[in-house]
Order: sequence, then structure tokens, then C-alpha cells
Amino acid sequence: MTQTQPGSVQFTGVVKKYGDVTALKKLDLMIEPGKLVTLLGPSGCGKTTTLRLIAGLEMATDGTIHIGGQDVTHLTATYRKVSMVFQSYALFPHMTVRENVAYGLTVKAVPKAEAAQRAEAGLELVGLAGYGERLPSELSGGQQQRVAVARAIVLEPEVLLLDEPLSNLDAKLRRHVREEIRQIQQRLGLTAVYVTHDQEEAMAVSDDIIVMNNAEIAQIGTPAALYETPSSSFIADFIGDANLADCDVLEVEDGMAKVVLNGNTYSVPSHRPLSGAARIVLRPHALKLMSPQSAGVQGEVTYAAYLGKEMQYTVETNIGSLFVISPVSGQPFAQGDAVSVAIDQDQARLVSQ
Amino acid sequence: MRNTVLLWLALGLVSFCVLPWHMTDRGITDLAWATDDIASTGLFATVAGQWWLAPTGLALVLAFVLQFAVKAPVRRAKLTLATALAGLFWMALQGLIIVRAGPRLFETVLTGEVISAGQAGMGAGAGLCALALLFVATVSLSQSGKGQGDAFVVSTIGLIVALVGIFVFFPVMHILVRAFQVDGGYSLTEFFPRFFSSDIWGLACLFGDRSCGVAINSLFLAVMTGAGTTILGLAFALIFTRTNFRAKRLLRVLTVLPIITPPFVIGLALILLFGRAGTVTEFVADLFGLEQTRWVYGFWGVYFAQLLSFTPIAFLVLIGVVQGVSPSMEEASQTLDADRWQTFRYVSLPLMRPGLANAFLLGFIESLADFGNPLVLGSGYSVLSTEIFFAIVGAVADPAKAAILAIALLTLTLSAFLLQRMWLGKKSYATITGKADSGQNASLNPALKTLCYAIALPWAALTLIVYSMIIFGSFVKLWGYDHSFTFTHYIRAFGIDLSSGRLTGVAWDSYFTTLTISSIAAPLTALVGLSTAYLLVRQKFFGKDAFEFSTMLSFAIPGTVIGVSYIMAFNFPPIELTGTSIILIIVFVFRNMPVGVRGGIAAMSQLDKSLDEASITLGANSFQTVRKVILPLMGPAILAALTYSFVRAITSVSAVIFLVSAKHNMATSFIVGRVENGEFGLAIAYSAVLIITMLAAILLLQLLVGNRRLRRADRVQQSV
Ligand SMILES: Nc1ncnc2c1ncn2[C@@H]1O[C@H](COP(=O)(O)OP(=O)(O)OP(=O)(O)O)[C@@H](O)[C@H]1O
Ligand SMILES: [Mg+2]
Repeated sequence: MTQTQPGSVQFTGVVKKYGDVTALKKLDLMIEPGKLVTLLGPSGCGKTTTLRLIAGLEMATDGTIHIGGQDVTHLTATYRKVSMVFQSYALFPHMTVRENVAYGLTVKAVPKAEAAQRAEAGLELVGLAGYGERLPSELSGGQQQRVAVARAIVLEPEVLLLDEPLSNLDAKLRRHVREEIRQIQQRLGLTAVYVTHDQEEAMAVSDDIIVMNNAEIAQIGTPAALYETPSSSFIADFIGDANLADCDVLEVEDGMAKVVLNGNTYSVPSHRPLSGAARIVLRPHALKLMSPQSAGVQGEVTYAAYLGKEMQYTVETNIGSLFVISPVSGQPFAQGDAVSVAIDQDQARLVSQ
Repeated sequence: MRNTVLLWLALGLVSFCVLPWHMTDRGITDLAWATDDIASTGLFATVAGQWWLAPTGLALVLAFVLQFAVKAPVRRAKLTLATALAGLFWMALQGLIIVRAGPRLFETVLTGEVISAGQAGMGAGAGLCALALLFVATVSLSQSGKGQGDAFVVSTIGLIVALVGIFVFFPVMHILVRAFQVDGGYSLTEFFPRFFSSDIWGLACLFGDRSCGVAINSLFLAVMTGAGTTILGLAFALIFTRTNFRAKRLLRVLTVLPIITPPFVIGLALILLFGRAGTVTEFVADLFGLEQTRWVYGFWGVYFAQLLSFTPIAFLVLIGVVQGVSPSMEEASQTLDADRWQTFRYVSLPLMRPGLANAFLLGFIESLADFGNPLVLGSGYSVLSTEIFFAIVGAVADPAKAAILAIALLTLTLSAFLLQRMWLGKKSYATITGKADSGQNASLNPALKTLCYAIALPWAALTLIVYSMIIFGSFVKLWGYDHSFTFTHYIRAFGIDLSSGRLTGVAWDSYFTTLTISSIAAPLTALVGLSTAYLLVRQKFFGKDAFEFSTMLSFAIPGTVIGVSYIMAFNFPPIELTGTSIILIIVFVFRNMPVGVRGGIAAMSQLDKSLDEASITLGANSFQTVRKVILPLMGPAILAALTYSFVRAITSVSAVIFLVSAKHNMATSFIVGRVENGEFGLAIAYSAVLIITMLAAILLLQLLVGNRRLRRADRVQQSV
């Protein structure tokens, strides 16, 4: 199982329309070989559509698609070296686990003995050796999920696609299986495209994340880059929690911006030239509640929740309602307390309005 | 893909060179054509002077050469496509121009000697050449676009379009042509007066004692039957779902029985009960001293027979509809303090309205198309379907009149069909796949319940009596006159001379023909129906809506019309099929195809689409996907389609009666013949045997279906 040649995926100006509905507007993207890339975004933004275009289950309305350097725009799914793991697993209920895993090899007329041996190796890889004679209905959800993965990887695809592969599993199993998938992908050096709703899942498994919104790509980057340097308020809000407040940028110099917020001037890191009205991104962890007389934004606690290791507060201020997370230490604030919110300027970020 | 094309081309060339191009009287299995002197293969015929066959052979050769001459795949595919299409087009054209008898194209323009001499109908050679050219064309078409199309899908579409074109549209076209035909030409001005004559559309019965036109008679009967069956069906469906009636199972059986009963048998039983010498008639006459009348041989007789025959269809539609009304809506209504009657009146009934309309239209179409009951009972009330028959086989054969009547009938059924499609066509499937809803359906309020019982129970009783009559009648000497017990009818029909083992009964021939033809037609129907369903549910292609519409269309073409059109179209070259058993098989396949399609669509919609997609992304092509994934999971649907088309083939009479021949007689037309001779006992005995045969077949298949379904269900349950 080591001769897999991972392929790159390249979209150039890809448009997909279903009748009047535009599911993708002019998509350009490049996925490097051997990387696990996640498509992340709110419901209906076009993630599944993108995946199906890579698989060849849908044909692009416009633009070209290359896989492993080859133009596959008009090639149907049968002829693309791409495998897919479906959300519902789509295991064939009338075949045993081994027959399921060997299916792709059987239809390609790989000799029986070799197919059986490769199927067995695939099952071993996902930790299901010895389960070959069972029917899919005799497996647990997590096991079925792993059979689906085995079935997809025994073909040594150039690209492995996974459409919300964990959404049918419970929270604990999810973490376990996602780590397994990541390990298998890295061990085999597969190119994988992974669709999920769940931003934590995306951060945990991905080399790169492609955030989509409204049939477009909103930002591409590593998990850290998306969190640290969001390019828009949508990204800031979608990746990790964020408080957004309107502010004025006076000037930008040496990567530091002078920002006026609520009458106070702050110095905030900024890699982009901005001026005039902008928005400041304040992560809940980067805010600190102080006694009312200290410097900062004045406000009143309207909600306080005790979560064991941390406190969550909602504070009403004149720059808006702020969501604050702070470690539990000493006497926490209570609902109705007047407070002052201190801003850690190094951790604040700026995005355009 | 080039190999596939080459394979088909080779088949075409071989057929052109060594198989008899034209039809031979002795059939293909007789090998005399190979040895006798007549130049019969396409190649020999061309050499012997039938130059018009040459282009087809040339097209095959040219396409063959193209496979090696042109390197660029897309260009090669395009050129091959054009060549194959030209070959097909030429075949059709020469077939329609150069015919031995019957109508031909360009009659007045082309008058050469060879052309007038004509040729026989196309035979095995021509058929295989056409098939080869068709597949060469479809495979090339799939390759001639950008990228790689799916040859299997395109070929299946092409084949079905060609078959529906030849065996549904081509014959119906013939009716149209015939209706406009006058001596030596065609005329519109002749058509309209004949079409709108008072014989057809007259309304005289509204104003006086004279009778209305046949179309008006048919229309009136159809509206009455549609309304009647809908009410009865609703009553049954309500009893079935909203009461705790004890004998629900018996009701269910009663509603299934008419489906396996040949259509005229009910009419027959009504004669035995209410005819001049009928049991009830005599009883009533004795009791009240009333005159024995012939009322059953008129509107009321036909109407009763149709109510008995078609209520089960309405019931089957409406039970889905009634169950589809979500209990939570009714519960909501009741929590808003509506009583049960108000809930039914203002919530349930309006929700059922589309379903009721659907049931009505189905009853309407069935009544218009019904042939058996009016034939047996309708001597005093003429309707279109039987008038068409009499125009063909009556004392004065008048095909033009038959064609005009057929158009009138077609107009009515097609309008109803279009109405149904436009209005609620798409909705009707949705009720089946509705979301499971917990909660209790509101039970009926007492008045409504009584009403339902009052409507449905007499009907059920009558059905029971009718079927007892059928059994009883087959064992008595002469109904109405001599009620002594006898086996004579069965012996006459199905006697076996035990000493010699010879089958001496008169019915054996038609019985075996019927079973053979039905068992050949059933799998073909299932195949065509399910392939169409697969294309409709799982494939996207250009013109899909038109494709769906045309495959469902034959449902709206009454059997009588199909029968007439087949006689008109297939009695002459180029496709000369009358008198063969093939035409019977074909007529069954295309008459019953819509049912196969619907069953297939329903079954296919329950298979998760991601199963096919998984197979395809794993590198299987559509053919492998169908064979390895879809077919194994569709077992029950396939068996259901098989059963249904088998039963329909055995019971149908309307189209068949035109197409049977002395050599290939079918059970139903044999029985109708006995009825016309007044041999009721024999007819009924035969019908009883048919019903039992079908019951046995259904039970056998049900056993298989039942087992399959259970096993599949518990396999699927957790995995998807
Ligand atoms: N077959 C189809 N016909 C018409 N519109 C479609 C079809 N498939 C998807 N769409 C539309 O395209 C858009 C993108 O759909 P897509 O399935 O890619 O969303 P998604 O990002 O996967 O959403 P989710 O997270 O909910 O799965 C949606 O607006 C959807 O309604
Ligand atoms: Mg999706």
C-alpha cells in the first residue's frame, strides 16, 4: 500500500450551476499532493458541490479541473482516479465487508487472489482484520465508517474525498476516528479533501483549510493563519469566537496600526494597509474583566456562567455586547456587576468593514 | 469503445451477408432459405437487382473503414455517428417507399417498375442490421461529445426511444393517416364532418328518446364510473384505515380479486344474475310478477360491471392518500376544539383532494378503455371501444370509421391523462415516501362510519356473490334452466384422453399459447420498464421530460386503439407481424410498460443514491453498477413487475382480440368467442381455471418476494 502516487487538484475558474441556482461562482484553487485540505463553511455554501466536482459526479458548467496534472474536466467519475467516502458510508448491504472493500478491484478485473489480498491489507490498515466475512449490518457505526475508508483507499486513489465522514458518529468516537483518518492519510501520503461543518474538526485534522461562503472561497490558509490573521469579519467570526467592534484606523506603520476605539487609542498589529473605518477583532480570551475604575471599556455584566475551569461572561458596553472568557480565580463577577474590560492589544486583529 | 463499435459492425455485416433480409413465410428457424435458389440475404438481394438495399450495406462497410482510417477519437465518433444515422434513415425510407402492399410514401411520385413490384417485410437480417446500426450510432454519440460519455446509458436510451417510436408512435400515426385518407389521397375537409358527426358527438338523448353519439355515451359512462369508483374506493379506504372493522383481510382479498379477473368475467356473472334467465331476475319476477327485462344489457349493466372491476384501483390509490394525511394535522385540529366531523370536513378531506382527483381520473381512463364489459353487456348501449371493434370485424369492415372513432377515444383519454399529469402528476409519488409520523388517525364519527359501511358492504357482498357465481356456474349444466351438477364444461375445455395421453379439451391450445406468450412477455416488460425507470431516476440526459412523457403515454392509449393501430401498421411491409406470436408479445410489452416503469421508479427511489455513486467513484461503469449493485437490491421490485405484467398479459382482451390468429389464439379471445356463441358454462369454467392459474402464479411469486424482502430489510436496516 505504499505505491500510491498522490495527485494535486486544481480548479481554474470553475462555475457550477443547477438550473438557476449558482452553487459555485468562479472557483480557483490548488491543492498540493499529499496534503489534507478541509472545505469548511456554513450550510449550503457549496462544499459538497466542490467535492462532487472533484469526484466527477457533477460536471462543471464552466472552467477546467486538473487532477494530478491531467485535464479531467469532462471525464466521468468512473474514469477518475479518485475515491470517495460518503456521509452515509454507502456500503453495499448485500455484500460482505471483504466484497465491499474489494469491489473497486473486482470491477477493474484485478485477479481474484490479488484483490482478496489487497482487501485484507486494507482492512488491516483500518484495524478490522478478521471482519471480512461479516455483513455491513453486523458492524457498529464506527466500524462501518472504517470499512468505507478501507474501500476507498485500497484503490490507491490520487485523491481521497471525504464528505462529512464523521457526522453519523457520537462525539467521543468522532475524535478517535478523525485521528485515525489523519494518521492513515499521513502514513500513505494521500491527497485528501475533507468536508466538514465543524470548525474544531477542521482545525484538528487539516494541513490547510478552505473556508467557503456564498458559493465562493472566503479564505485559504493553515488553521493557525486563519485564526491569527483573518481576512474578513466573516472568517474571524467563523474560525473561533470573536467580538467585532467598529473602530477608526489613524495610520499604519511597521505592521502596527493606530486605532481609535471608544475614545481610547490602541496599537494593534496589522499586515494589511487599512485606513478610516475598520473593525477590530477581539477574541474572548484576549479580554480581561477588571474592577470598574481601571482603564478600559466600561460596562455591566449581564450574564455570567460557571464552567468549571473558566467563566463565561456577557458584558454590555457602549462598543456593543462583548463575550469574555476568563480563568476562574478568586471571586468571579456576578450578574449586574459594573466592570471595566481591558483589551490585550497584541492579540487584537483588524479586518476591513 | 472502438472495440464495441467494431463488434456491432461485425454483427451487422454478418447479418447483411448471411441472414435472410426479408421475412420468409416459414420463419427463421426453417433453414430452407439457406439452400434454395432465392437470393435472400441482403447481399444476394442487392446483387439480384434490389439495389435499394445496397446503401445499408455500404454504411456498415464505411463505418468499418472509418474505425481504422480516422485516428482522432472524437472526429472518428462523429463521422461514424453520421454514417450509421444515414444508414438507418435510408433503411426506414426504402422500407416505407418500396412495399408490396398497403400504404406507401410518395405513392404518386415514385412509380418505377421495381418500386411498384415491392418487397416483403423486413426479416431477421434487416432487424439485426438496424440494431447494429442503432448501437453503433449510440456508442459513437456517447464518444462524440467532450470527454467520455456513458455508452451503456446512451445505448439504453437509444434502444428504448427506438422501440417506443416503432411500437407506440408509428402505429398511432397510422390511425391518424387512415382517418384523413379518402379515395386516392388525403383530405382535411372530409375528416372534420365525419369526425364531428352526430353519430359520435350527438346529444339527442338529452332532448328526446333517441340515443346520444357513441363518444357522449362513453364520456357519460366514464364520468359516472370515475365518480362511483372514487366514492366506493374512499369508503373502503376509510373503513380500512379509520375503523376497527373486523374483516379487513377479507376486504383486502376482495379488492385484489378483480385485478386477476379477466375483464369480461364480471359482465358474464352479471348476466347470470340479472340477465333474462338470471337468478335474481327470475326470483324478483316470481315474487312481484314483474316483466323480465333486459336492463342489464345496457348502461346500467356496463356501469355495474365497471364499478365492480375498477373500484380496487381507486382503493389502492386512495388508501395511500388516506394514510398520507398526517395524524398530527388531525390531532392539531382536534386540540383546536373541532369535533370529528369538522376535522374530517375541513382538514382531512381537503388534504385528500388531489388524491381523489387522481383516483377519479384513473377510473375515468379505465372506463373509457374498457372493452370486455361493454362487449359482453353493452348491446343496448354503444361505446367507443366496442364500436371501434365492430367497425373492423363487423359485417361491413370500415377501417376509416374505426380510425376516426379511435381518434375520438384517444382525444378523451389523452385529455384526461394530460390533465392528470399537469395537475397532480408529480405529487402522487410523494405520498408513498412520506415521513413517518407517530400519532393516531382520528377515527370516523358515527354517521360517517355508517355511511361508509352502507356504501362499501353491499359492494363487497355483491363481489362475493359474483365470484361464487363464477365457481357455481361452471359446475351446472345450463344456467337458468338446468342446475344439475356436472363436470362437462371442464371436461370439454380441459379433457385429457388418459389412454393415449392426448389433450382432447378445446381450451388447451389457447391455454398453452397464453401461458407461453405471457411468460415471454413478462420478463421483457419488466426489463424495459425497469431500465426506463433506471434512466429516469438515476441519469441526467437531454430531453428527459419528453422521454418520460412518451414512455408513460401508452398508458393513456386504450387497448382497442392499440389493437386497431397494430393491424393498420403491421399488416404490411416494412414490418409485417400480424398473425405471428411476436406481435402479441410486443403488444403486451408496450401496453404494460408504464406499470413496470412506475414500479421501478418507486423501488429505485428507495435505494439511496449514494450507493450508485459509491460504485461509480470506485471505478465501476454504469453497466457494472446496475448489475452488481442495483439489480441485486431491487429483487422485490423485479418480481412485482414480473407478476403484474404476467397477470395483465393473461387477462387483457381489448388489444389482443384484434391480433390473435387461428394459430396463436389467446385464452381471453377464445372465451369471448364462447360467450358470443352462448356457451356460458364453458366460458366460465375456463375463466375459473385462468383465475386459479394466476392465483397460483401470484402466490408462488409472493412467496419469493416475501422472503427476499425480509432478508433485505434486516440487512439494510443498520448499514445505511
Ligand atoms: N442537485 C441540485 N439541484 C439544485 N440545487 C442544488 C443541487 N445540489 C445542491 N444545490 C444547491 O447548491 C448550493 C450548494 O449546495 P452544497 O450541497 O454544495 O452545500 P454544502 O456546502 O455541502 O451544504 P451542507 O453543509 O448543508 O451539506 C445550495 O444552495 C444547494 O441548494
Ligand atoms: Mg453537503
